[in-house]
Amino acid sequence: MTMATDSPKDGFRLSMLIYDTRYRSYTIQIVVLILFALAVAWLLNNTVQNLAARGKEFNFGFLWQRAGYDIGQQLIPYNNDDNHFRALLIGLLNTLVVAVLGCIFATILGVIVGVLRLSGNWLVSRLMTVYVEMFRNVPLLLWILLSYVILSEVTPQPRDFRVTDEMIAAGEEPAASMMFFDTVAVTNRGTNIPSALFERGLGTLDLGFMSLNLDFWAILAVIVASIYVNRRIVHSARATQEATGVRPVTWWKSILVLFGPVIALIVAMGFHLEIPELKGFNFQGGILVAHSFTALLIALTLYTAAFIAEIVRAGIQAISRGQSEAAFALGLRPNRTMSLIILPQALRVIIPPLISQYLNLTKNTSLGIAVSYLDLRGTLGGITLNQTGRELECMLLMMLIYLSISLMISAVMNMYNNSVQLKAR
Amino acid sequence: MSETHAQTVGFTRNDMLPPLPPPVTERGAIKWLRENLFSTPLNIALTLFGIAVIYLLLQSALPWWLNSVWNAESLSQCREIVAANAGPDASGACWAMIRERWHQFLFGFYPPEEWWRPVLAFGLLFAALAPVLYSGQKRSLTILLCGVLAYLVLTLYLAGASGVVFALALLLVLGMLGLAQVQPGKLLWFTLLYPALTFWLLWGGSIWSPIVAMAGFAVLYGVFRLASPLIGLAPAAGAGVVAAVLWWLYIDVPVVEMLQSALPFSIPAIASDQFGGFLLAIVIGVTGISFSLPIGILLALGRQSDMLIVKWLSVGFIEFIRGVPLITLLFTASLLLQYFLPPGTNFDIILRVIILVTLFAAAYLAEVIRGGLAALPSGQYEAADALGLDYWRAQRLIILPQALKISIPAIVSTFIGLFKDTTLVAFVGLMDPLKGVTQIVRADIDWKGIYWEPYIFVGAIFFLICFGMSRYSMYLERKLKTDHR
Repeated sequence: MTMATDSPKDGFRLSMLIYDTRYRSYTIQIVVLILFALAVAWLLNNTVQNLAARGKEFNFGFLWQRAGYDIGQQLIPYNNDDNHFRALLIGLLNTLVVAVLGCIFATILGVIVGVLRLSGNWLVSRLMTVYVEMFRNVPLLLWILLSYVILSEVTPQPRDFRVTDEMIAAGEEPAASMMFFDTVAVTNRGTNIPSALFERGLGTLDLGFMSLNLDFWAILAVIVASIYVNRRIVHSARATQEATGVRPVTWWKSILVLFGPVIALIVAMGFHLEIPELKGFNFQGGILVAHSFTALLIALTLYTAAFIAEIVRAGIQAISRGQSEAAFALGLRPNRTMSLIILPQALRVIIPPLISQYLNLTKNTSLGIAVSYLDLRGTLGGITLNQTGRELECMLLMMLIYLSISLMISAVMNMYNNSVQLKAR
Repeated sequence: MSETHAQTVGFTRNDMLPPLPPPVTERGAIKWLRENLFSTPLNIALTLFGIAVIYLLLQSALPWWLNSVWNAESLSQCREIVAANAGPDASGACWAMIRERWHQFLFGFYPPEEWWRPVLAFGLLFAALAPVLYSGQKRSLTILLCGVLAYLVLTLYLAGASGVVFALALLLVLGMLGLAQVQPGKLLWFTLLYPALTFWLLWGGSIWSPIVAMAGFAVLYGVFRLASPLIGLAPAAGAGVVAAVLWWLYIDVPVVEMLQSALPFSIPAIASDQFGGFLLAIVIGVTGISFSLPIGILLALGRQSDMLIVKWLSVGFIEFIRGVPLITLLFTASLLLQYFLPPGTNFDIILRVIILVTLFAAAYLAEVIRGGLAALPSGQYEAADALGLDYWRAQRLIILPQALKISIPAIVSTFIGLFKDTTLVAFVGLMDPLKGVTQIVRADIDWKGIYWEPYIFVGAIFFLICFGMSRYSMYLERKLKTDHR
């Protein structure tokens, strides 16, 4: 006697490939794989044919040719005799600097706005709601264009800053004046900020393929070392606390270790600010920050902060009141309640969407093209592409770079996320 | 003792005192102010800060707003009028620019005598959306359709549509109104036909091309119905798709030409480069939204699938699209498609952009829907299996309705993001309202130097649309809420 659940004993039939659940998934997968392979082959074949028809070949040799164009904002030295690869690096650095600064500012602003929106103050919470709704529901491109236009059309010309003898005699003020104790001048050509100079700098180290600015690396090394020493101090304080129950006072040691060596090094190198001055028709000295950079940074910060504010609000609201009441019942003070009970739980809710906002901000830096900000999109995907006519190589390389940046950010943030997530047992 | 005590008391009150009103600080406006604005020192500081912000905003914006000029030829004339009315140092908005150029913001370079076509298509969009948005709610349906009717009467009159068009459009909407009272479900047929109708209205040309293209779907369905008893459901569906593709590739064009020569009926064709402004944004946005949802659902199911190859292909696609900025994808549409397609193919840039935007939104939607699928308790999947439902029935009847309901807010915010991203098409040379049209206006010698007004105008329209979408999602969430909290 055969059981109803026994598998059919008769041989394999072709229709079983479709109707038998044991084989069907393999059939579907093989069909999908074949279709996918066919599609890829079709695309590759078309590409090869098209390249041949245009007399082009697929290689990245053009990256080593002379670029021949200037880039306004450069974090590492570059001139138009350098090759396209160097230009690509400059663009990549410009992308990253906007992205990093934007993430930092947007997080600060977003947290403030999110917390204020939850505050009991009716007026302030309404104002923050208006801010959030206004920035979330209007395209980012509008904020970029608007801030750029305002910066470059409303700000005064350099000559408005001039103070002539007649004006002093007549007691008149110049049409425009510098901000922050006469150190920053915003003109229609850009923002002039002071630059840091060292009288007794350490110079640069030429490695052949690139030159290192020793000042920068020395300061970085000192900061890293101070942070490491500070962590050791905190660690030993915690060990003492766990052994004896009394926590030694460490705050002055931390401050000394964190800031002392850096300040000492900076003073030793003869640090001073070079303040921009009006000479002739324009400001000289200091650093000229282009409006394209400022506008992009302002717009990205304001736009992303509105999203982050909502994320923070949702995160804090997700923690039930019982948690803070329990903390108060245990006798914890409000700030300890925040740092020990509320924040660790709220962070679990906040971090994953925050990661995707950071990713969005990084990808949105590519809108800098609207205000001619020469980021990766502007150098590799813009001028280099137009000069060399290598659309395929440039676009693929650019996508690859953006993809790796995104994957790196999400990998790092996921690691952090895993460290704060609830350890389920 | 007690007696003497009672006698020594001179006066005893016999009835209750009426309750006193609460102290002045504990009621009415003063209590509200104390609680909401001035409860703690920090709160007082915040309130003062808020008042200062509002004061600064009003101080700079209010005179500018009050001194608005609506009738002028150029920006310099605007400034003269403002100076004459409010003194030489006063600032004033110059809305005259909007008055002169509103049509470019709305239609781009669409020919003025054909404006009735996008206007009609926009009105019918709501008629087509009505059965989807308010399925089965007769009252809401009727209100929305009446709104469409009123809108069409007004705008078609303003756009100077011909009497025939006027009559046909009104008949159509009135017919739908009648149908909504009898059989609201049947209205979905109009929703299905709407894409072809709109395509024909906007791009023009022969009426036969959308009809014959829609006939491809009829071919698909016919082949499926004929073949399914013979060879089974799945192969029949495959055969139907193959037949439809063959129809579109080889039969479509000759049939259209034949019908057009036999029964010529066409409206003037409008080239894609004449589209612009919000017309372009809404065409791309609406098409992208309606096609990205099904693709996104399929991708999400693919990512959750047990089949390894399907799963990895979906993951690869989603992560690739989510990892690169939309701009690079748009440039792919404008620069690279010529490499990937057979030599000599060249198709419409708007269509290419729509495809890329749709795929982009679909990848984001897939992640959102995956979140909804993951949030469902596994008991739901097991219950579906226990009922003996196959994969597609389980998804359609049990899993997806719940998963989609959970992810409504995130789905709608993805849609809002897609609609805002339609402004990026400016980078591939299309004339979006924000960059394309505004730059054209600002390049005009009459309006050179104007910046607040166009951006405020465009921003306000985007705000209205996006804010409306988010409000609708809240309504939908409330309507579909089934828990009893």
